[in-house]
Formats: sequence, structure tokens, C-alpha cells
Amino acid sequence: MTLLQFRDLSVDYASSEGIVPAVRGVTLDIEAGETLGIAGESGCGKTSLASAVLRLLPETAQVRGEIRLDGVDLLRMKWGTLRAVRWSQAAIVFQGALHALNPVQRIGDQIAEPIRLHQTVPEKRINARVGELLTQVGLPASRAKSYPHQLSGGQRQRVMIAMALACKPALIIADEPTTALDVMVQAQVLDLLTGLVRNASAGPDGGMGMILISHDLGVLGTTCDRIAVMYAGQIIESGPALEIFDNPKHPYTRALAAAFPRIGDPAARYAPTGLPGDPPFPGDLPTGCSFHPRCPIAVGSCRDSAPALVHVAPHRTAACFKVDS
Amino acid sequence: MLPGDPIGLYARGRNQDPEQLVELRRALNKPLLEQFLTYLRNPFDSTIDSTRFSRPVWEMIGERLWPTLLLLGTAILLASIIGIWIGIRAGWKPGGRFDRISTGTTLILYSMPEFWLGMMLLIVFSVGAFGIPGMFPVGGISTPGVDTSSPMGWLNVLWHLVLPCTTLVLIYLADYALVMRSSLIDERKQEYLTLARAKGLRDAMVRKRHAVPNALLPTVTLIFLSLGFVVTGAITVETVFSWPGLGLLTYEALRGPDIPLLQAIFLMFSIAVIVANLIAELLYVVFDPRVRS
Repeated sequence: MTLLQFRDLSVDYASSEGIVPAVRGVTLDIEAGETLGIAGESGCGKTSLASAVLRLLPETAQVRGEIRLDGVDLLRMKWGTLRAVRWSQAAIVFQGALHALNPVQRIGDQIAEPIRLHQTVPEKRINARVGELLTQVGLPASRAKSYPHQLSGGQRQRVMIAMALACKPALIIADEPTTALDVMVQAQVLDLLTGLVRNASAGPDGGMGMILISHDLGVLGTTCDRIAVMYAGQIIESGPALEIFDNPKHPYTRALAAAFPRIGDPAARYAPTGLPGDPPFPGDLPTGCSFHPRCPIAVGSCRDSAPALVHVAPHRTAACFKVDS
Repeated sequence: MLPGDPIGLYARGRNQDPEQLVELRRALNKPLLEQFLTYLRNPFDSTIDSTRFSRPVWEMIGERLWPTLLLLGTAILLASIIGIWIGIRAGWKPGGRFDRISTGTTLILYSMPEFWLGMMLLIVFSVGAFGIPGMFPVGGISTPGVDTSSPMGWLNVLWHLVLPCTTLVLIYLADYALVMRSSLIDERKQEYLTLARAKGLRDAMVRKRHAVPNALLPTVTLIFLSLGFVVTGAITVETVFSWPGLGLLTYEALRGPDIPLLQAIFLMFSIAVIVANLIAELLYVVFDPRVRS
């Protein structure tokens, strides 16, 4: 069953320089129990896409299209109904930076908050439930009494994960969940997150779906079922994770995959490849295919018209004139 | 720094031996440190009385302390409650109707000299103007002859308290409202508020549980740090309303100038400000867990 559907979703920001489009017509499905990776450089619109799901974008943002969770359009939902959906059906793992947790509240209270709000757990069971959640993410239950500043970055990120799992939501949105951590801790936290989501999917409650956002295609390739690659606010390629990583079709995905050389691959080590130039500013996009100024295989027609996202293989789509030609 | 000759004042009206005066004057040429120690010791010297009232200085300060504590305590309490409330409402929706009206009003109040506002209130509500009858007494702490220890006497004191207290409240709530507003505006951008919203909390709860406890930290500190300025406000407002507190006593002592009395008052004000700052620091420890560890 389809858990979440984006239908022609656009997010525009009103700024002093006019309308800045951050997301441009994204259509995307996430099945129940599936982990979808969204890859792309900073500023490609992946965070706007994720924040749009629970309508957490600032007031300057204009959202068009549809976002259906279990078939119900979240964008047309009443605020009261939306508040009931928030966290109980879709929760977010925020970046574990210190600012995501309230600095003057004990973490136990912060984890218990959505439980008290959405579930009918008796008050005397709440502490035990918070303890369970903390143990689940590998922290001692006694940590509930700590304040955020008393925890390390990795521990704080574990708290964020425990909080996201508190109401057993059907969907978890993890926006760069490990960016603020150092490399060793990154791997631990990511394993923990994907492990817990998979366990929940195997359980009797049905599947727990996840959107995992990262700029690291290698990480997404090993942890996700499917990957969608975003560039300048649009999906430019999507398909099964390993296929995307091993055999990218779009020249941008190819560059992204090559930017993370695999350990033990001397060829990649001695000839690191990157992508020249910077991603375009969303308020000033190039004509035609928005990737053409940086594309190594661009032809004349790329400048004039934008390629549509089309099926290029079973379960795979790409938006490029040169694919399979 | 003060005009007037202290020796001359001391000798005024007394039959002093010129040699003794020379001796006194020589004391002013002693090393600064020694003079400073003398300055600290003098207010506690029971033989040095007020030159104007010829009474022990601490006795006078003791009598005047309670009216000032009553006036300032009531004013600061009301000003912080009202000011913080206004600041929260304005800062949560900056640019909104309430914010535009309240920020405009508080800025005007903030820039007003308190003695001027006091005089205006006095003219309108005590003397009576613009068709408003004079409802409040022109000055003093109670009507002469009323027993202030009876319940009727307390009401009489409260009635006298209304105008001076309102003056101070209007001036100080402006300060507190503006600080609370700006620290709440700073908090609004914090990511933990987005998290609180994502959890499904309604807007009022996001504000009450998450934004306000954080925004209160700088405001509470500022309220205590502002007590130093409150003292200066007390001097002018007590003078305008003849409120028999330390402020009025300062004003009376300044007209002398009554040096022994002034020194004792200044020493006490300084200690009060230092203690207020200390309380501010200690409160921070109570409110902010980050400072505690």
C-alpha cells in the first residue's frame, strides 16, 4: 500500500528578490515499510520537500500540489486534524545539533511530551515507556533526567531517534540525521536508525516507512530501498538504491556517485572526480535542463527545453535527453 | 564632586574653634585610601549626626526604608508581571496588531522622564483636569491623623500609593515588555520550536512550554539588573508625590547638602544594587540548567 504520495508538489519562497522556487513539481511515492533516500546537494530543495510533509515551512513559503498520507491530502487538512497527525503518524528526526532540543527541559519530559499528547498512556506508565525508548536507542533509562547540554552529539541524536519512535508513527522523516556527528558516530547512529525502522516494519503494527535525506549517495545506497536524486528542486532520477548507486543513468547522479570513492578502489582514489561549478541559485535557474551548464554531455537542445522524467528501465526513471541514446 | 564646603556646612550654626576647623580641613588632605576607609566608617559612627536634621542617620534611614520598599516592591512586581505579559503577546506575533500598538506605546513610555509622567498624573488625577475629578491625594503616604495600623489605615495608604506606583509601573513595564519581546523574537527562530510544532502541540502550548521558559532567562536577569535605575526613579517620583521614603530623604539631604546623611544613603543604595545583581546571578543558576553544571 502506498504510504505517502507527493503529487506535483511545488514550494515557492517569497523573498525581497521575488519568488524563489525551492521545489518544482515533485511527484513521488513511498510504500509502507519502505525506506526512500533523497539525495542532492545543499539547496536542491530536499529539506523544503521534507518540511512540507508536516507543513512546517515558514509563512513565506507557498506550497502547491498534494501530499497524501494514507490517501488523505495533508495540505488541505484542517489545522486541528493536522496536529493530531503530526508525530502520531509522521515523525521527524531532526539534526542532532544542540538547538533541536529545548535546552531548559529534561530530555525525559521532551520524549514524554508527544506520548502524553497523542496516546492514552496512564501517567505512571509514562516514565517506564520513556525508559524503554531510551534503552532501545542504547542509552541508560536514567538519562531521562539529563538536560540536552549534558549529552554528547551522538547521544543527543539517539534521543532524537527515541523521540521520533515514541508514538510508533507510520512514517519517519530523517533530514540529514548524522551531519552534525563525527564519522564513527555517524555510522553507529545510522545503523541504529535503519535497524529500528526495519524492526518496527517486521512487527505486528505494519510497516514503518522512512524518508532519509542525505547528500551522501554512498550512505543512501547501502541503507535505502529506493533513491530519488534531486537537482534544482526537481527529481532527476529515481530507482532501486543499489542500481542507482552502481549504474547511475543521469550524468548528475553519475557525478554524485563518483564524488564518494569506494574504499579499496584504487582507480577512484587516484583520479577523484568532482563536478565543476556550483548548483544554480533557485531564483535564477538556467533555461532548458537546469543541469546543462555543468553537464559534461550536454548538447544544444539541452539549453532550450527541459527533459521530462521518463521510465528508462523497469522501476527506474531519469530526466535526461541523452539517457540510452 | 559635590558643590559646597563640607567643613563650612559642618560648622554652620555652631560655635567652632578656628583651630578645630583647621584640624578638620587637614583631614581632607590625608591619603585617598585613608579617606576612603574613613568614608566607609563614618556612616556607622554614632557621633556623626545628620547636619540638617541633627538626628542619627541610620535612625532616619530606618524610618524611610519601609515606605520605599512598599512603593518599589509593588511597582516592580506589577511592572514585571504586566511587562512580561505584554512582551510575550507582542513578541510571539511580531508585526501584528497587538505588537504594533504595544511597542509604540511602550517606546513612548520608555522615553518619558518618570518625574514628568508623575506630574502629569498628579495634575489629571489628583488636581483634576479634562473633566476628570481629582480622585487621588496629591501626596504623602497617608492622611494626617489616620491610624495606619488599622485596616482602614491600610486602605488609606493604598489610596495614596496608587499614583506614585502607577507612574513607576508605566515606566518600568515598558522596559520589561521591550526586553521580553525581543528575547522571545530571538527564540522564535530556534529549531526546538519547530520540533515542538512537529510534535503536534498547539501554538499556545509551543509558546508556553518551550518558547517562554527560554525567553524568560535574559528578562529575569535584566529586571534585577534594572533595580539600580529603579532607585534613581524612586528619588524623583517620591519627590513629586512627597512619598516619605528614601528617595524623598535623598532629595532633602541633597538640598543641604547633608553630607553624613547622603553618604549613608549612597552606601545603602550601592549595597542594594550589588545585592540585586547577586540575586540576578543566583536566579540564573536556578532557572538555567546549563549554568548549574
